[in-house]
Amino acid sequence: MTQASRHSHENLLRELAPQVLGAVMRRLGNFSAAEDAVQEALLAAAMQWPEDGVPDNPRGWLIQVACRRMTDHLRSELARRRREAALIMQVPPDEQVAPAPDSADATDQDDTLILLFMCCHPALTSPSAIALTLRAIGGLTTAEIANAFLVPEATMAQRISRAKQRIKDSGVPFDMPTDRERTERLGSVLHVLYLIFNEGYTSSIGPSLQRSDLSNEAIRLTRAVQKLLPEDGEVAGLLALMLLTDARRPARTGPDGELIPLTQQDRTLWDRHAISEGVALISDTLTRGSIGTYQLQAAIAAVHDEAARHEDTDWPQILALYGLLMRMSDNPMVTLNHAIAAAMVNGPRTELDLLLALDADERLAGHYRLDAVRAHLHEMAGDREAAIAHYLAAAGRTTSIPERNYLSTQAARLAAERKEKPVSVRQDADADLTVRNGSMADK
Amino acid sequence: MKYILMMQLPLSEWKTSRIELWPPQDVKAHMDFLRRFNKELTEAGEFVRTEGLGGPEQMKVVRARKDGTAAITDGPFPESKEVLAGYWIVDVETPQRAYEIAARASAAPGPGGAPLYMPIEVHPVMMSSTSGDV
Repeated sequence: MTQASRHSHENLLRELAPQVLGAVMRRLGNFSAAEDAVQEALLAAAMQWPEDGVPDNPRGWLIQVACRRMTDHLRSELARRRREAALIMQVPPDEQVAPAPDSADATDQDDTLILLFMCCHPALTSPSAIALTLRAIGGLTTAEIANAFLVPEATMAQRISRAKQRIKDSGVPFDMPTDRERTERLGSVLHVLYLIFNEGYTSSIGPSLQRSDLSNEAIRLTRAVQKLLPEDGEVAGLLALMLLTDARRPARTGPDGELIPLTQQDRTLWDRHAISEGVALISDTLTRGSIGTYQLQAAIAAVHDEAARHEDTDWPQILALYGLLMRMSDNPMVTLNHAIAAAMVNGPRTELDLLLALDADERLAGHYRLDAVRAHLHEMAGDREAAIAHYLAAAGRTTSIPERNYLSTQAARLAAERKEKPVSVRQDADADLTVRNGSMADK
Repeated sequence: MKYILMMQLPLSEWKTSRIELWPPQDVKAHMDFLRRFNKELTEAGEFVRTEGLGGPEQMKVVRARKDGTAAITDGPFPESKEVLAGYWIVDVETPQRAYEIAARASAAPGPGGAPLYMPIEVHPVMMSSTSGDV
C-alpha cells in the first residue's frame, strides 16, 4: 500500500468515526458499549480495506460491523445474565437486527454534535474530556492519545473508561441539549478543543515547544464543528484564533527548537494562507454582532498577523480589544496582556504601577508570566537591573524548558550589556510570549 | 501536569531500618500497599511510571576527569543526608493532587505496619521524552 492511500484511508476513517458512533448510539444506546464497538469496527476497516478495497458505502459498512459487534456483546452479556438469573431480554427484538446500511443522513450531523456535547460534558475533568473527544470524535486510538500525552496506554485507557462511566452515571441522554443548556455546553466543547490546540501549540511539558499533530487535530475538529454550526460567532472565533495563531508556527521556533518571540519572528515565514482564512473568518463574524471572548482573541491575533513588521503593529487597536476582553472576563492573563499593550501605547512606567494590583491576585501569585511581563516593562523603561532580576525569577517559575531558556537568555543578554552600554533603553515588548498565556480558557 | 514524587529516605534510617531488615510479613504488607497504590493510580488515569532504586551500597558517584574518563567513588556524597529510594511519575490535574498522592506514599506501611512518614520530594516534570529526542 502506498503512503498516500494509507493516508486517505486514515482520513476517511477519522471523518466517519463520529458519524458512525452517533448512528450506533442512536440505534442501540449505551455510549460505552457503542464506543468500544465502533473502535473495533474502525480497526477491522483498517485491516481489511487496504486488502479488499474500500466498500461502496464505507459508512454503512462501519455501522453494520459496529452494530453486529455490539449486538454480539449484548447477546453474550444477556446469555450470561440469563444463566445467572433468567432476566428478561433488555434489547427489544426489532433493535437486535443490524440496521439498514445507510439511512437518515440528516441526523448524521446532529449525531456528531450530540456526541461532542457528550464527550465535553461539564461533569468530566478536562483531561478526561480531552481523551474522550480525541477518541470518539477524532477517531484516534487509545495508543495514539497515550503517545501524544506521554503516558502509558493503560493509564489513558483508564482515563477514557472512567470518562465513559461518568457519562453513564450522570445519565446524560443521547439528545441535543435544550436551548438553555446549549450555550453552556457549547462553551465546554470549545474549551476542550482550545485545550487540545494549546497542548499541541505550547506543550505545557516536554522538550519540544510545539506538537503539531495535536494542534492540527484541534483545527480539524473545530473546522468540523464550524461546519455544523456556521452561524455561531464563538465557534468561528475559535477556529479563526487557532488558524491565526498556528500561522506563526514556522517562525516561532529556531533550528534548535528555541522560542522566538513575536517581536523577533521572521514574518515572511508566516503561513499567509492560514492568515487570510483566519482574517476572513473573524472579519465576517465580527460584523454579525454578539461578540465573545474567542472572537476578541482572534481579532487581536489578526491585528498582530496583519502587521508586516513588529513596528507596524496597531497597538492602540490591540489595547482597545484587550479593554473589551477585560470587561468580558475576569482572567488575570488578560489584564497582563492589556498592561503590555498599554505600555506600548502609553509607556512602561504607568503600567508597572498598574501591575502592582495584580500582585494581590492569588491566581497569578508566583506565576512566571507576571515576572516576565515586569521584566519586559522594566527593560522598556531602561531599568536593566530590575529587568534582569524579573527575567531570572520568571525563568525559575516556568514549567516549559523552551520558555525557561528564552527567559534566561534575556537575562544573560542584559547582563552582557552591562559592560558594553552602561544604560540602555529598548522599545519593544512582547504581547504574545505564548498563546497559552493570552488565553481566556486556560485559567 | 506531570510530577515526579521522590522517596527521600534519611540515610541514618536506611542504615538502621532499611526494608531488608524488616520481618517478612512487614515487607509483604509494604509490597501489597505499593501494588494496590500503583493499581489505584492507573485506574485513576494518573499513573505514568515508578521505579525502585538500589541502595547506597550499590550506588556510585561518577565525575568526569579532565581527559573525559570516569572517576568513580563509592556511595552517596559524604554530605548527603538522604538517599533516593525510588520514585513515581504521575500525571495529575493540580499540584494539590500530586501532594495528596505524595502524602499517601509517605504513609506507606513500614515495620510493624506503622506508617513510615517518608519525606517525599515533589517536582514538576519539565521535560518528558520516550525517544531520546529533546
